[in-house]
Amino acid sequence: MSEKQPGLIESATFSRDVINEIQRAADTGIYDIRGFGAKRKVPHFDDLLFLGASMSRYPLEGYREKCGTDVTLGTRFAKNPIKLDTVVTIAGMSFGALSANAKEALGRGANMAGTSTTTGDGGMTPEERKTSKTLVYQYLPSRYGMNPDDLRKADAIEVVLGQGAKPGGGGMLLGQKITDRVAKMRDLPKGIDQRSACRHPDWTGPDDLAIKIQELREITDWNVPIYVKIGATRTYYDVKLAVKAGADVIVLDGMQGGTAATQDVFIEHVGIPTMAAIPQAVRALQEMDMHRKVQLIVSGGIRSGADVAKCMALGADAVAIGTAALIALGCNHPKWDEEYQKIGSAAGYYDDYHEGKCPAGISTQDPELAARLDPELAGRRLANYLNVLTMEAQTLARACGKSHLHNLEPEDLVALNVEAAAMAGVPLAGTDWIPGRHSY
Amino acid sequence: MTMKFDLKQQTVRELNQALHDLPKDATDEINVDNLMGEHNVAVGLDQPISVNLNGHAGYYCAGMNQKAEVVINGNAGQGVAENMMSGKVHVKGNASQSAGATAHGGLLVIDGDAAARCGISMKGVDIVVKGSVGHMSAFMGQSGCLVVCGDAGEALGDSLYEVHIYVKGRVESLGADCVKKEMRAEHLEELSQLLKEAGCEDDPAEFTRYGSARQLYTFKVDNASAY
Repeated sequence: MSEKQPGLIESATFSRDVINEIQRAADTGIYDIRGFGAKRKVPHFDDLLFLGASMSRYPLEGYREKCGTDVTLGTRFAKNPIKLDTVVTIAGMSFGALSANAKEALGRGANMAGTSTTTGDGGMTPEERKTSKTLVYQYLPSRYGMNPDDLRKADAIEVVLGQGAKPGGGGMLLGQKITDRVAKMRDLPKGIDQRSACRHPDWTGPDDLAIKIQELREITDWNVPIYVKIGATRTYYDVKLAVKAGADVIVLDGMQGGTAATQDVFIEHVGIPTMAAIPQAVRALQEMDMHRKVQLIVSGGIRSGADVAKCMALGADAVAIGTAALIALGCNHPKWDEEYQKIGSAAGYYDDYHEGKCPAGISTQDPELAARLDPELAGRRLANYLNVLTMEAQTLARACGKSHLHNLEPEDLVALNVEAAAMAGVPLAGTDWIPGRHSY
Repeated sequence: MTMKFDLKQQTVRELNQALHDLPKDATDEINVDNLMGEHNVAVGLDQPISVNLNGHAGYYCAGMNQKAEVVINGNAGQGVAENMMSGKVHVKGNASQSAGATAHGGLLVIDGDAAARCGISMKGVDIVVKGSVGHMSAFMGQSGCLVVCGDAGEALGDSLYEVHIYVKGRVESLGADCVKKEMRAEHLEELSQLLKEAGCEDDPAEFTRYGSARQLYTFKVDNASAY
């Protein structure tokens, strides 16, 4: 890419990236498919700040006074709710999209931090059941590998209606990653481009979902929690319907949430930002008197303990991380830069998860590449990262005088700009103005 | 041993729990009266037992069945035998939408008609329908066999993978990438066996075989209009 010379004006509308995409489309005749989440800038948690305690609020001593981080999920109907040491959980990611070593590393890291992992589109592998102490089993439209034995082995079941990266779209796993084992698990011919359904095959609408949830409860004798995962769009209504259908837990995935493969146009143009979705979900739960009774897990672009704490303050019970967890394992690590360059990318930019060529051995089924990821070491890295997220969130909570992350509240937050104030429903910093709300 | 249940007296939860609590090698015969459209009856069975259900079943009857032989003496609601792994489910009446959806194994026999999306996303189950099937049957079917002794509705076998479809009657239309295929000796043998297991006396030679043209297995720009 040429250096910008004085006098050369790049078009804001037709930027070099836009020009590149038009020319790519003209060359190939097919839309761009990629992994990762939305790359465009959207209003996010960076636009919120905490009001630490001073005179009108008492802070807690940073290193001495307790600030709880545990969470219990699935208290509504399940005989055995899930108890976790930290509110940060690992989002659903499939064996197929990820290598077996990456899945094992996620399990190891989550165990060390006292949290859960989640299967993905493609079923449960015996290895991940063995590795993960607490495992959430996804129930997806494709039903690849779905079977009652695994259902009964799960610690919770997550009925997936959509995901933030592509609400309204099904999963995708291109032929390069469909090895013998992946093909067998999904009952599909080897090497084909696998495009999962976007709708469940045996129910439509919330009334049917209620019966479907009851079926899953009957099969598992009402033992384990049933989560319902939605991509953030019409969140207020979707949450109300999911609660009415009998969900124990709502998993809400914002548009920054990642994916293993889908169309770029889908990732960037469908769904709403995570920050905008949480208040809608919380309002729906509160109106039904179900806030904290049906737990809310939020995901999509969570990177730091600040993001975690802000989700808590807006009313979430827990969060889930996907992309950040892969980065902690080693995805996009600078040590692989030369190899990223060889496949037309660079460390920090790599998003072609669907090609199965991941130099870090994470989003691949190539045995040689996968062997590069040491599951013990990568698991340790993930545990370190999870612990940092938790400690950072505690630091902020204590500063706000809160003895548990769940005691954070919207009142602890202000927004840096009008957009964030309106979306998060907190005042613009230095004012008492929340756009769209009447002031008293 | 024979057990009796009456859903006028007992709940579906009580019935399912009692069935789940049977030992893994149980071979009991269970009679259940007064289904009255209850949903989720006899789901998640995992023993080689025989279950006779008397009345019309609601949604997901015998869902995720393993090993058990379930007979429904009536009609079945949406998603009968969905995700069945093994065993046999026999509907004596008609079946509603998505019969045998995503089922991985076993045999589903429907004496009457099956509604839309029969065998949707099927993954290894064999389904024999003595009557006709509705539109979009075997949609995205991955493996197994769908046998239809009557007619098939619109868009049969749309986006099909490796399911073998056999239809005796008329096919309203074929879905994307589903084509008529040659009936070879191995197919006649497979079909004869399934008809026999289902208790049908139809002549296999009168059936036509349909399957995937495999043109949509990989993304090709020139196929864009078919998606």
